[in-house]
Amino acid sequence: MIKGKFIDNLPKVYGIYTGGFIGFIILMAIAEQMGLSAKAIGISFVVFTIAIYAIIGWLSRTLQMDAYYVAGREVPTVFNGMATAADWMSGASFVAMAGGIYFKGYGYMALLVGWTGGYILVSTLLAPYLRKFGCYTVPDFVGTRYGGNAARLAAVLVLTVASFTYVTAQINATGTIASVALDIPFKIAVYVGLVSILLCSMLGGMRAVTWTQVAQYIVLIIAYLLPVFWISSKMGAGFFPHLMLGDEVARIAELESQFGFVKNSAADLATVPKGLAGITKAHSSVNGTNWGFISLAICMMAGTASLPHVMMRYFTTPSVKSARRSVAWSLLFIFILYSTAPMLATLSKLSLIDPTLSTGIIGKSIAEVQAIDWYQNWNQANLMFVSDFNGNGTLELNEFFMGGKAVVLATPEIAGLPYVISGLVAAGGMAAAMSTADGLVLAIANALSHDLYYKIIDPKAEAAKRLIVARVLLVLIGFAGATIAAMGIQGILGSVIWAFDFAMSGLFFPLVLGVWWKRANGPGAVAGMLLGLGSGMAYLIWVRNGGSGFWGITQLTFGIVGALVSLVSMVVVSLLTKAPNKATQDMVDELRIPSGKTILGKQH
Amino acid sequence: MSNKAKHWEKTRGLLFVTLAIWFVFSIGIFFFGTEMEASSFRPFGYPLSYYMTCQGSLLAFVILNFWFAGRQEKIDEEFGFTEREGS
Repeated sequence: MIKGKFIDNLPKVYGIYTGGFIGFIILMAIAEQMGLSAKAIGISFVVFTIAIYAIIGWLSRTLQMDAYYVAGREVPTVFNGMATAADWMSGASFVAMAGGIYFKGYGYMALLVGWTGGYILVSTLLAPYLRKFGCYTVPDFVGTRYGGNAARLAAVLVLTVASFTYVTAQINATGTIASVALDIPFKIAVYVGLVSILLCSMLGGMRAVTWTQVAQYIVLIIAYLLPVFWISSKMGAGFFPHLMLGDEVARIAELESQFGFVKNSAADLATVPKGLAGITKAHSSVNGTNWGFISLAICMMAGTASLPHVMMRYFTTPSVKSARRSVAWSLLFIFILYSTAPMLATLSKLSLIDPTLSTGIIGKSIAEVQAIDWYQNWNQANLMFVSDFNGNGTLELNEFFMGGKAVVLATPEIAGLPYVISGLVAAGGMAAAMSTADGLVLAIANALSHDLYYKIIDPKAEAAKRLIVARVLLVLIGFAGATIAAMGIQGILGSVIWAFDFAMSGLFFPLVLGVWWKRANGPGAVAGMLLGLGSGMAYLIWVRNGGSGFWGITQLTFGIVGALVSLVSMVVVSLLTKAPNKATQDMVDELRIPSGKTILGKQH
Repeated sequence: MSNKAKHWEKTRGLLFVTLAIWFVFSIGIFFFGTEMEASSFRPFGYPLSYYMTCQGSLLAFVILNFWFAGRQEKIDEEFGFTEREGS
């Protein structure tokens, strides 16, 4: 059926895979009609998809240095776009984002603008140039461009802080989904998630991660879109929700003004389980300051352009031109999911709060709501809660609480879709969290094995030894991440946003100026990275401990402080110290044109 | 001026144009959140501010990114810096 090289047959291979996955969904739907239990369906979905990723991971095993670090630089444009989209869209995007929009409305959608607008910075300022450079990792670029181990080490430090913050959130997300779908305790589920992640990446490094990420994108996008289109049609809201929910958005605004946003007393709120929230902000109206919105968008955009696991994906394309095109494709694939999230939030909210709909619960008696099947299920999973604060026996808007994850995970069930859809959503969420976790764990392990171990500690190490070190580090970092995730310190979304701020604080200007400002030198870059990361972190700690902050910068936007300090210190220190030597300046010139050899060799 | 310098100058020009458009859609218009909301222009029946955050700006970025890639390829071609396939 398939002849010749794998790379030449990609559309066919993934076409068959997609067909097979759809066939599996249909099979499960038939099995459900024949009486297969909800639990069995959930388990089948998660186990089946993970088994496929593991097979891809095993088939992509490699002993080649450039295959392990940059997938042999032969990933075609569109497929690299898909892999980047899966790498990018994390458990937070899949499971938590629609929930965030559901609770916080307009102000929260700054994340959508930031997480897409950032790709303009990636494609104009960085990706094509770093591809021309031919590095294996982001610190590899920093270390060579600025020269010296200090710059390389500082870049490894920033990368590790940002990516590690991010990866604990992803392992947390895989744990959450695995514990719901497989019905096992969260603390064990976290390690089940970890093993699945390592199965994809350990044997084949970047090559294996690339081909599993493409497979994961296909699963996650089907799992996200199918229920939204289905619910929209079922509610009579329109068969193409993106263009047809104008009336529904207006209806939510009408209901909001009818119910009003009643503020609960602190004593009442104390009885609500931790992590659950009520609707307290307008859905579509401008509900915060312009600066609040813009500052969050700025941080997410600059963070996007500084996160190494994203940048690293563009090292795998065959050429500079295809790296640039690939960024555009990534953004298109990301847009498909991001433009759907607000629609899901709208449909989910309306179906719960509109008393004229059969699924609406606001205005029903508390006892009646507590008797609903899905309420009992999700209440047990600690994701839903009602309480009669004012004692009138009826459920008011301010008396209904939900976890952010429930919007994606529970809406299909609430809307009365068959359970096969919930199983599909669990598989999609798992795919999203796993693909991002893989990219992150690999980014950290590669930086430590290539930049710290090989370039600094043991430059004479042989290829086989380097690849063993890379894999050992991969496992260690994965376990460290899982151990912290099992403690459940922060929510999924909070730590993701922090990761962007950390990356932006330490890496944004050193990377951008490395390409765009020839005068930037080593001492400047080191100062920029360390002072940027340090000041950002200091501001975060200050605000977390009751500091008042300034310029309206919160714990979600501290990257602005870090990046400004980084810019100023980098420029000042660069100008006070010697200009980079001729060889470095020539290297920057060479970097700026797409043709010719890469600056670092194919194997290095 | 050398070929390389001219190429870089044009590349920089394209960067500024692209970033200007990017700035309008990512930052500029959101200084006018309430004004956009009050606007009588409502794409697909959504308030303009809501539409831009959940679809409009995002779509603008997608189109801008493809446009930018195309323009930059033209510039590279003009100065003979296009890569040979397979190199």
